[in-house]
Amino acid sequence: MSIDKQIRTTSLYQMHLDAGAKMVPFAGYEMPVSYPLGIKKEHIHTREKAGLFDVSHMGQIRLVGKNAKRALESLVPVDIIDLPLMKLRYALFTNKDGGVMDDLMVTNLGDEDLFLVVNAACKEADFEHLQNSIGVECKVEFLEDVALLALQGPKAHEVLAEITPSTSEMTFMTAKQLVINGINCFITRSGYTGEDGFEISLPAKDAEDLAKLLLSNEEVEWVGLGARDSLRLEAGLSLYGHELDNDHSPVESSLNWALSKVRRTGGERQGGYLGDDIIMSHLNEGSESKIVGLQPEGRMPVRDGALIEDDLGNEVGKVTSGGFGPSLEKPIAIARLETHYIENQSKLFALVRGKKIAVEIVRLPFVKQNYYRG
Amino acid sequence: MSIKFSEDHEWVELKGDDLVVIGITDFAQEQLGDLVYVELPEVGDECSRGENISVIESVKAASDLVAPVSGTIIEVNSRLEDEPELVTEDSMGEGWFIKVKLSNTSELDDLMDESAYNSFIEE
Repeated sequence: MSIDKQIRTTSLYQMHLDAGAKMVPFAGYEMPVSYPLGIKKEHIHTREKAGLFDVSHMGQIRLVGKNAKRALESLVPVDIIDLPLMKLRYALFTNKDGGVMDDLMVTNLGDEDLFLVVNAACKEADFEHLQNSIGVECKVEFLEDVALLALQGPKAHEVLAEITPSTSEMTFMTAKQLVINGINCFITRSGYTGEDGFEISLPAKDAEDLAKLLLSNEEVEWVGLGARDSLRLEAGLSLYGHELDNDHSPVESSLNWALSKVRRTGGERQGGYLGDDIIMSHLNEGSESKIVGLQPEGRMPVRDGALIEDDLGNEVGKVTSGGFGPSLEKPIAIARLETHYIENQSKLFALVRGKKIAVEIVRLPFVKQNYYRG
Repeated sequence: MSIKFSEDHEWVELKGDDLVVIGITDFAQEQLGDLVYVELPEVGDECSRGENISVIESVKAASDLVAPVSGTIIEVNSRLEDEPELVTEDSMGEGWFIKVKLSNTSELDDLMDESAYNSFIEE
């Protein structure tokens, strides 16, 4: 695989320009951050109707070979062996210190075939990691010339069912291979906005045709990466490089739910992934820090990097993602705090431009997730 | 009516000999996107040209309002604290930021007139 260092574009680049998108560099790609509708309205549109996102910059990788499942299990603290056919699971590549190299979605396409979607900024490193660690056990194939569209929102299922009715019976985190208007599509009922919706992987050359078909439905609008970020923030979903990084274990990132029982202490296939000792000790004995939701008082947004102090002025953590929640009409933030201060329910403040903003620890997500579970 | 413009995309409207009203241009508010918060200076604060005097927050990011002139802030548009969308809706009117009593009226000569500003943003 070769990824050149110059700025790349997705196969929908011209369509974004034609739609009046504001383009920004993101993870080596020129991507639409917003369209003429604007971040706020694009966000609300996704919560109320259906938003279409070009996420073709993300990495799509296939693992093929009879040891593929077992091999992938050696890199993630997640049950892959028992992942049912055409089902998805959220997973994390760990490092030897128990930190997180990337988060990803895994679909079981068949006994010897797995499909992975990884973050754009990490895809090169992920591919190398897979190739070096399990390349002898299965074929690691980086999919080139593919696009990825996400259709998200409460109307997404109606929009897609009009084109291809059998998608309506799919439930959250399941997959289907379908032909839409002669285009080979791999569809999953998943997404990263907190809403019901689908992600559609397809050949890059066909992406424009499918995008046009979806946009011909009046419920659908283009939505950019700006709203994608505010949507996932409201939904309390972690973003790599913010809530997740190489220096913190999944437990320190409050992703205990993603760690499968069989891979934990006492499980049938406990450990056996990089950093397993550290991650299991954090699970069993607790970790020094955790990720929590914060509700700032007032209207001033508290953004990434803002330090959190207690009322005595001790530094107790840092905001990992923060901004304004358009559905809530108020600022919201996610922060990494020392566990001790979370448990003590200390009175906390975020420091913004030298001002102290009172913040309250709140349960994530900020906005109820609306997944379709059947 | 005498309105001038800065390279930081502020408009400055002269009201009398040494009083000006300051806001951001339509071009600026379009670039910023949906505004969600405006942090204003205090009445009585001194400002000098080039200094950051106010913070404008959009959904995505925080930007500074740079003082286009020097003087004393004699009034702020406190409505913006609860209705930052006024800037988006009416950037040259209801969405004004501050009123300043100039300490050096000659600074006005360094600002652009409308046609100069229009060519400036077209570049």
